[in-house]
Amino acid sequence: MANLDTSTDTSPSAKPKEPGAIARFRDSDFYWKFTRSPVAMVSFTVTLILVLSAVFAPLIAPYDPFDPGSLNLMNGFSAPGVPNAFTGDEFFLGTDDQGRDVFSTILYGMRISLFVGFAAVMFALILGVTLGLIAGYIGGWTETIIMRIADIQLTFPSILVAMLIFGVAKGFTPVEYRDQMAIWVLIVAIGLSDWVQFARVVRGATLVERNKEYVQAAKLIGRRSPAIMLRHILPNVLSPVLVIATISLALAIIAEATLSFLGVGAPPTQPSLGTLIRIGQGFLFSGEWWILLFPAATLLTLALAVNLLGDWLRDALNPRLK
Amino acid sequence: MLAYIIRRVAQSILVLLVVGLVAFSMFRFVGDPIDNMLGQERTQADIDRLRTELGLDQPFPVQYFKFLGGAAQGNFGVSYRQGRPVSTIIAERAPATLELAAVSGFLAISIGIALGVFTAIRRDGWVSNVIMTVSLLGVSLPTFLIGILLIYLFSVELDLLPSFGRGEVVDLGWWTTGLLTSSGLKALILPSITLGLYQMTLIMRLVRSEMLEVLRQDYIRFARARGLKERTVNFRHALKNTLVPVITVTGLQLGAIIAFAIITETVFQWPGVGLLFINAIQFVDIPVMAAYLMLISVMFVGINLIVDLLYFWVDPRLRADRGGAH
Repeated sequence: MANLDTSTDTSPSAKPKEPGAIARFRDSDFYWKFTRSPVAMVSFTVTLILVLSAVFAPLIAPYDPFDPGSLNLMNGFSAPGVPNAFTGDEFFLGTDDQGRDVFSTILYGMRISLFVGFAAVMFALILGVTLGLIAGYIGGWTETIIMRIADIQLTFPSILVAMLIFGVAKGFTPVEYRDQMAIWVLIVAIGLSDWVQFARVVRGATLVERNKEYVQAAKLIGRRSPAIMLRHILPNVLSPVLVIATISLALAIIAEATLSFLGVGAPPTQPSLGTLIRIGQGFLFSGEWWILLFPAATLLTLALAVNLLGDWLRDALNPRLK
Repeated sequence: MLAYIIRRVAQSILVLLVVGLVAFSMFRFVGDPIDNMLGQERTQADIDRLRTELGLDQPFPVQYFKFLGGAAQGNFGVSYRQGRPVSTIIAERAPATLELAAVSGFLAISIGIALGVFTAIRRDGWVSNVIMTVSLLGVSLPTFLIGILLIYLFSVELDLLPSFGRGEVVDLGWWTTGLLTSSGLKALILPSITLGLYQMTLIMRLVRSEMLEVLRQDYIRFARARGLKERTVNFRHALKNTLVPVITVTGLQLGAIIAFAIITETVFQWPGVGLLFINAIQFVDIPVMAAYLMLISVMFVGINLIVDLLYFWVDPRLRADRGGAH
């Protein structure tokens, strides 16, 4: 009886304090698992550091590699940590042939790599989730067409799809806009090559959810289909989407680097990590190893950290694997 | 059953028609073909004459089907950049790519199966653990970095193998081969390892897990109980039964090898079709891009169709399922 009293007591003084969002998060199963996985903590920290240093590149980078005024050709080919023979300037990770500080170009390059990666995954996510929801909820012919297209696209390796889309789109872009548009074309190409995963998973989950009672209840009170899909079903299918998005991010970063390395990605005016590796490969034989090694190591660290984080998320969010 | 086959074939044709439409639209709408062919001193009469000659005054669908007809006969027009027929250029380049792909595929299958069997039989040995760890690294490294790493080790540091090109090739008239000269063979080593590494690890992991599965089965225990030699049990009884999935996966990976050859060919400046395609994208050489697009689609759609039909033929359960659903 006493228990009942306290729980129904509505006077403000006796009301137990609602835990805040942070407190609730700290108390969650998810956080508990996170603190017990060294792999998750390390990969999260590494990802966070890399993302932050990319975002704040203009503040961190000692030089602006794209400001011709700050470049001194005499500084070219400075080895890492060794004062330049002509100017005496010292560069933490050395300089490339034009005297650009490698550390700064990596920071700016990672910015472009991450931007393209995030944007491509967002594009793939929005497209895939929308089509997956529609296919799963509406069914019938719409579903058949969407999923057939997905099946067909899945038979082609996604890097090939991205390359073909990039080539076709480049063909259709007027010459004077090609360099300017290259980043956006790249985002669309990688995004379009990657939507299928999202669509398949969301469709599968939607098929399960649409027969549940809360969806039927929503239908009964007269909510429209778009509202049911977005407000009721979507929140319940989001956790696998988060997992796929993280793993896709690692794949998208690699795909972007590959395309840029092949010379069909980021334009020379906006070099990404892949472009830097492409440039560095040219100095492999002449002994300037730092121009190649540091961008390559950054790319690997970034891709590996995001990938491990994605793997951990999949295990942590998937109750079936427990 | 017949209905399924017809539907599957019809779907493949539809895909190819759509790809053809994309390729044709590039031809037709990127730049003006007349501009590309006539010089500065042209009259309206010239333009009109060429327009009629090329059939550009005809309705879109008619032009489209004419384009498809030409493509089916291997006529993809003339490369903007090289000024020669695309079909000739591709025929010149194809042997390089096919040889590279064949050698990579062979390496992937032979080494992949051998390592898979080894790691399955000695599953707790430290050598197996090392192989498994290295294979994980092999999967997570992007192909182009593997290529650069190999070049650095074997061409720059050790100076053993060439880092680019095909070496000396022997011209057989309709085919050029690098397999008959020592410099050609040397030039093949690094690119084929780079290209085949991913498939090798894939096949190795597949064979390993299938072997582990099979080795648990009763008939293996019976074979052991009968006193058969360990080698006979492992290879005659176990390995044989793991090969069916390996064959299907390998079939599907065939297309992937040709596609990933683009990356390997660029790293090693291998004069194949993939490098041709990358250069075509860089210089917006539409006829070459369109031809590659069509060829690779025909190949992928063909491989998938064959694999699907084979499944259907091999597995009676699939037939029953399909029949029940429709």
